[in-house]
Amino acid sequence: MGPFIEVVLGGLMAGVLYSLVALGFVLIYKASGVFNFAQGAMVLLAALAFARFSEVMPMPVAFVLAALLMVGAAFVIERMVLRHLVNQEGIILFLATFGITYFIEGFGPQVFGDDIYRIDLGMPKEPKIVLESMFDGGILINLEDFIAAGIAAALVTFLAIFFQKTATGRALRAVADDHQAAQSVGIPLNRIWVIVWSVSGFVALVAGMIWGSKLGVQFSLVLIALKAIPVVILGGFTSVPGAIVGGLIIGVGEKIAEVYLGPIIGGGIENWFAYVLALGFLLFRPEGLFGERRIERV
Amino acid sequence: MMTAAVASASSSTHRQNIGEVILAMENISLAFGGVQALSDISFDVREHEIRAIIGPNGAGKSSMLNVINGVYHPQQGTIFFKGEKRHQMDPHKVASQGVARTFQNIALFKGMSVLDNLMAGRNLMMKTGILQQALYWGATQREELAHRAKVEEIITFLEIESIRKTPVGQLPYGLQKRVELGRALAAEPSMLLLDEPMAGMNVEEKQDMCRFVLDVNAEFGTTIVLIEHDMGVVMDISDRVVVLDYGKKIGDGAPNDVRNNQAVIDAYLGVQH
Repeated sequence: MGPFIEVVLGGLMAGVLYSLVALGFVLIYKASGVFNFAQGAMVLLAALAFARFSEVMPMPVAFVLAALLMVGAAFVIERMVLRHLVNQEGIILFLATFGITYFIEGFGPQVFGDDIYRIDLGMPKEPKIVLESMFDGGILINLEDFIAAGIAAALVTFLAIFFQKTATGRALRAVADDHQAAQSVGIPLNRIWVIVWSVSGFVALVAGMIWGSKLGVQFSLVLIALKAIPVVILGGFTSVPGAIVGGLIIGVGEKIAEVYLGPIIGGGIENWFAYVLALGFLLFRPEGLFGERRIERV
Repeated sequence: MMTAAVASASSSTHRQNIGEVILAMENISLAFGGVQALSDISFDVREHEIRAIIGPNGAGKSSMLNVINGVYHPQQGTIFFKGEKRHQMDPHKVASQGVARTFQNIALFKGMSVLDNLMAGRNLMMKTGILQQALYWGATQREELAHRAKVEEIITFLEIESIRKTPVGQLPYGLQKRVELGRALAAEPSMLLLDEPMAGMNVEEKQDMCRFVLDVNAEFGTTIVLIEHDMGVVMDISDRVVVLDYGKKIGDGAPNDVRNNQAVIDAYLGVQH
């Protein structure tokens, strides 16, 4: 029983981080209907910026500067790209985010360097063994993971309340529901887009810092962030709770598959399990676990 | 039956006197590629009046409303609003000048409750900044409460108390139309644009909607521009009517004048050429 719980816990921790990246996708998709492929690249950019800034200045200052950089990126993306593509087909906006992705993936390392950088958030690294009395050998846990999960949970709670309770949150939901109607009550689309891309950039920063402190900041962050795509398929493109639950399911699922199925059919399942799971969902429940089911009248 | 109900509703309230011209459309032309949606149309709207735009399908009525609202920018012509020449303007800017509207195919925020839809309608009056809202400080809370009080007044006015927490997507069509009117009213507009507010309604729902439109006009003095197909309704509630056909203006005046205008009769009944 002990090892199984360890596997599940490890999966949950990875899942929290998938959720954070997926949350960025969902925020932008909800508010603008854009499937933002660049979310992974934004995680890389934010993490790189924070890592390099924190080498030369205190960490809180580096955090604020990196956050401002993401807000700046949101402004530039809105002005240079989104504004000119209003009312275009979804596929065109999606492809535009491909362009943004490769630009950031090239430009970010060019500015900030392409080595592996360390982020040390000062979180305890040494593993702990708990519940020795209940299980033989106890359960090995990582305190760092728990803190990371706590930060992620706090961020998600804050965003959920902000969206539900404030005037700006209401305006964001209004834009997500109906662009034309939102404009008619005086909500400026351009400003709302800058806000959601900024919030997504901020979420990317938090995700990038946590990933970076675990694995170091390097280009492969982009690949890990791609796992967020099966997560949003699972959870539903428009659902914040879906992003969270989807992330946890995929995190746990792929760890269990790796540990228990891996020896039977060969290792490396972790790399493709999430995508196969997402494929299954697309076949049988395309709107995801929490997504809105669209009922079209014929 | 309709006439009697409307008459009794309008006689129960005291109307404000019709005032100066508040909106003047001068020589408006709008084309989409080769399709001329509006050609050289001029008309005006006076303060506190109910002004109807009528015409057969495809006459350019909705296009005209969309021009007023800033969705479309005409290639030619000038718009004067409250005495000032209006430059090309996006819908959210027009809204900030006190113009609210409803849509032909209801455009509500379907995932949100009735209450949230109406609160969103007051978006322009929300003054606290985003960071302040993020912290949900005192001023933000007080502001929400004040707006909520105003929204409750509108809910009472429109008699939709029992559905205030219902997601609007679940409401029947007639009620959705009413909520959409509520969202427009929540902005406390000086001018209200209604695109077929009674389309698809049964007689009873139409009577209710007529009563609300007349009451809004009488109690708040709101200037109303409406598009409507039901001739009975138009003739009963509007002060002046402008008639469009194939993007051209073919009639303009009091309901009775328009009713007897030969061009209008031809447009509606068809004429042998």
